[in-house]
Amino acid sequence: MTNLAVDLPGLTLKNPVMPASGCFGFGREYSEFYDLNQLGAVIMKAATGDARDGNQIPRVAETASGMLNAIGLQNPGVEKIIANEVPFLSGYDVPVVANVAGSTVGEYVAVASTFNKVKSVKALELNISCPNVKDGGIQFGTNPDMAAGITEKVKEASNLPVYVKLSPNVSDIVAMAKAVEQAGADGLSMINTITGMQINLSCGKPLLANQTGGLSGQAIKPIAIRMIYEVKQQVNIPIIGMGGISTAEDVLEFLLAGASAVAVGTANFQNPYVCPEIIKDLPDILQQYGFDSVNDAIGKGHVA
Amino acid sequence: MKKCVEMTVHSIQQVAFNTFEMTLKNTYIAQVAMPGQFLHLMAEGHTLRRPLSIADIDRRQETITILFKQIGQGTKQLADCREGMKLDAIGPAGYGFSYDKSMKTALLIGGGVGIPPLYFLGKELRRHGVHVKAVLGFQSEKHVFYEEKFQGMGETYVMTNDGSYGNRGFVTDGVDLSGTFVQYFSCGPIPMLQAITNKLKDHPGSISLEARLGCGVGACFACAIPANLEGGYRKICTDGPVFAAGEVVL
Repeated sequence: MTNLAVDLPGLTLKNPVMPASGCFGFGREYSEFYDLNQLGAVIMKAATGDARDGNQIPRVAETASGMLNAIGLQNPGVEKIIANEVPFLSGYDVPVVANVAGSTVGEYVAVASTFNKVKSVKALELNISCPNVKDGGIQFGTNPDMAAGITEKVKEASNLPVYVKLSPNVSDIVAMAKAVEQAGADGLSMINTITGMQINLSCGKPLLANQTGGLSGQAIKPIAIRMIYEVKQQVNIPIIGMGGISTAEDVLEFLLAGASAVAVGTANFQNPYVCPEIIKDLPDILQQYGFDSVNDAIGKGHVA
Repeated sequence: MKKCVEMTVHSIQQVAFNTFEMTLKNTYIAQVAMPGQFLHLMAEGHTLRRPLSIADIDRRQETITILFKQIGQGTKQLADCREGMKLDAIGPAGYGFSYDKSMKTALLIGGGVGIPPLYFLGKELRRHGVHVKAVLGFQSEKHVFYEEKFQGMGETYVMTNDGSYGNRGFVTDGVDLSGTFVQYFSCGPIPMLQAITNKLKDHPGSISLEARLGCGVGACFACAIPANLEGGYRKICTDGPVFAAGEVVL
């Protein structure tokens, strides 16, 4: 019997697979396709202090082996998420991770502390890496000092473990990871999307209304693997890995690179059943490559 | 539970310049689909599915007709499909047209590949005894399709931008030719829908939006657009694609 269970700060996972923030709403839509109890955890769509309308459409564009999105953190605001969305997810035996976003340090702190009172939320994912909003987001995620500062403040305000979601739009990902580890992060979540652009030939202008968007999907998997591998060698907190995962083989690759659990994002759009299918395939894939458990495989891809 | 269904390609043929008509066999969708709903079709190897409106249903043969324009790689792949091939679809997706079955006359106003869902709707309206008229807009003669099918349902006015076929002008000009009606139903590019809803402010109408979708199931907010009256937003994929005229900001 292959053991899929993983224990991470705040998160007792029956398997390492969770849908990624922003690709799964608050769970309701995909609960119409399958029983969410199969999931290792659910990461909710980002919460901000007040409701956000997001960007104009078009907000998505397909690319070679991936897609660009510029949703712009549309959400009803943290209070409404807690009142209207969390109770639905609380009905499942699945830990909930809240993704926290904002424009200012104060907003991040306020949103984070609002989740203190919510029993079914077991951890925070600190979103300092959204490339699609004007203020906040990625500016905190590309400067190690700012990233450390916001991590420290959120840690002070929150009674939950904090996983800092790192942006790949940096020249030194290890420096970012070390900075937030020193600031008290309990874990890392990596990677967010990579900033990109597509020009629409028929109008000769950027296709997305926001002009730039975040690239996700299979195209970014090697970047995620490389960054996780580098960070794993220098940092001791656990990593939730993401970026282009669509199969159990991809999951194993992330585990070998150093992730302790994974999140599946864009692949949900192609195949609504992708998460349960990966979970079902994972035991055989682990066995096939000589591992008896998920824990066995974590970080085993590193060359001594 | 919602589900992905496997559909079998029954036939495919080119009906106009770069425009294809495909029929697909699937019992479930053929039984339950309503006018205005769409299929979210997977094109193998592509990250995003393609949303395509249902143009017709044969409930006995259990076939579903869709029409699409070959624009990029995904639609080329669909155009290259042959009889017997399998396609994965989420559907029937979205909310379709709602209408008063006792209405006397309905006007259908379609532009290009926005025309297909109006054919399915027109057939259903006719079945309920509603008198149907249609204004169909195309770029030029080589783009024209389904003219006879619409003529079989009622008076049909074909408009081409360059005047190479039918009447020269836009669908808004065609509306002037079409006479009186109770309610209109329109599908096409957003600038066309803006022009139509402005012109027909005093009439009740329903519009179906064409948009780029992400998940197609309401989770990703890629297709959220502002709502007009009480504020907030509507998701084109699950609240639409059909909206009452004036319900959303175009």
